[in-house]
Amino acid sequence: MTKEEANAPRAARFLVSGPPLLFLVVFFVAPSLIMILTSFRFPGEFGGLAPITAPAGADHGEYGLTAEAYQFFFSNILYAEIFLKSFGVASATTLICLVMAYPLAVLIARSEKRFRNLMVLLVVLPFASNFLIRIYAWMIILGPESGLSHFINAILGAFGIAPVTLLFSPFAVLIGMVYVHLPFMVLPLYTNLEKHDPSLLDAAQDLGANGWQRFWRVTWPLSLPGVFSGSALVFIPVLGMFAVPDILGGTGDILIGNLIKDQFLGTRDWPFGSALSIMLTLAVLSVAGLTAWFARSATGRRAA
Amino acid sequence: MSRTNIWLWSAAGVIYAFLYVPLVIVVLYSFNDSKLNAEWVGFTLSWYKTLFQNTEMLTAARNSLIIALSASFSATLLGTMAGLAIHRYKLKVLPILVFTPVAMPEILLGVSLLLFFLQVLNLTLGMVSIIIAHTTFCIGFVAIIVRARLQGMDESIFEAARDLGASPWQTFRLVTLPLIMPAVVAGALMSFTLSIDDFVITFFTKGVGEPILPIHIYTMIKVAVTPEVNAISTLLMLLTLVMIIIAARLESHASSSANATSRETG
Repeated sequence: MTKEEANAPRAARFLVSGPPLLFLVVFFVAPSLIMILTSFRFPGEFGGLAPITAPAGADHGEYGLTAEAYQFFFSNILYAEIFLKSFGVASATTLICLVMAYPLAVLIARSEKRFRNLMVLLVVLPFASNFLIRIYAWMIILGPESGLSHFINAILGAFGIAPVTLLFSPFAVLIGMVYVHLPFMVLPLYTNLEKHDPSLLDAAQDLGANGWQRFWRVTWPLSLPGVFSGSALVFIPVLGMFAVPDILGGTGDILIGNLIKDQFLGTRDWPFGSALSIMLTLAVLSVAGLTAWFARSATGRRAA
Repeated sequence: MSRTNIWLWSAAGVIYAFLYVPLVIVVLYSFNDSKLNAEWVGFTLSWYKTLFQNTEMLTAARNSLIIALSASFSATLLGTMAGLAIHRYKLKVLPILVFTPVAMPEILLGVSLLLFFLQVLNLTLGMVSIIIAHTTFCIGFVAIIVRARLQGMDESIFEAARDLGASPWQTFRLVTLPLIMPAVVAGALMSFTLSIDDFVITFFTKGVGEPILPIHIYTMIKVAVTPEVNAISTLLMLLTLVMIIIAARLESHASSSANATSRETG
């Protein structure tokens, strides 16, 4: 083999992987590093950032760097509460999505082959329309003049209970979150359930298991990988979502996403906004890591 | 039908209704002759008429179209390369860089790009920053589709091409590219839809200049809801539906031709 021939694959490799690698280093890695750096800087007087070299006499330290944004985060219980609340909303959304998606995924997996693709497509289709529109649709349904609001308040009225507003409430936020993320739960569950061997259920039945036992002892443990990946796909985006609480929630329904958005586009406190983003990143990483760990130990135990 | 099946079908019925009723309501009310999204008054096309007379909305639509076309072009080019590289070479860093932006909350990408554009590049936020931002998150989706297609193919096709004396470039141009073409087009269509629909990342990288469609819709929803929003929503749903049908056609065409290839070679 000549030297040119040996070099050709390496050149091809460089040509193919080089451009996307370069692009992502510049527009994904560098921005992430800048965000970490920003979280340790001082906020500017009129928003943005103070100069990196501290003016003489200022107590900004030698390099104009500080951990003040993090100290501020931990000094006020309010921020921990917002994080906790966001985790609560994400958990509730994940759980509701799981309970709704599971029977549907089982049904699709057990349907005749020629119907399966259509049934999956019918789940994905609404998810393909603009997500603002999907949230907006619930604004109409839950609005004070909507049929649903009139109906519910008529029933409540009959029992002498004061009318309720459905829109701009934690309830509306939860519905919006579930609606926007449901397909992310259905798809991995279906992909998993479709691979199950139906003869396992027959065997369980022959051994005298009833319907509930067949589900709980056979289907459910086998579906755990799908449950874990679906849960991660719902939990993580919900954690950073700000548009749903913005549109469907009231003023009190602030989640991490809204807090971050306000720091950048409202109060313009970049260091604090960056610190919050880093905390969110850490939260996402730990959720992803925990999910992977649970998934491995759960499926590992079954294999053993 | 067994009791379990009845139970499953009713659960599925409720969920399908949950998925579709909101969208049907949006479409219906876009033809409702009332300023309120409450009672059905009568059929009208006036919301579509006001929509097409709304110059800011039209500019926003044109801008979103330019952004989506540019972003999907560059994302398809880079994403196809990434998909090929990940499938072909044992790379460690590239897959992480390609797939992480897809898996993390969008707000993080939007915020970090905002800081990067303003601090490092000193860029005035606008169309260019949005195109770059959209390209960044679309690359991963294209790479996933292209890689999936490559994984389903028989490696011996490429070996045969090499044995017959094709150079790497010839193998790519005459064998690989035609085979992955449906995936490339599907990736481009997906990027286009993702870009034209994206709200979160656009929101952070848009600047104060030109109007952009999702931002315009967001403002309309937040400030004053008029049935015009229903009309633009209906049109956007229609556009997405058309894109999906084209992509699905390509996908099924691709899988049938892949089957044919593997039958011929296998």
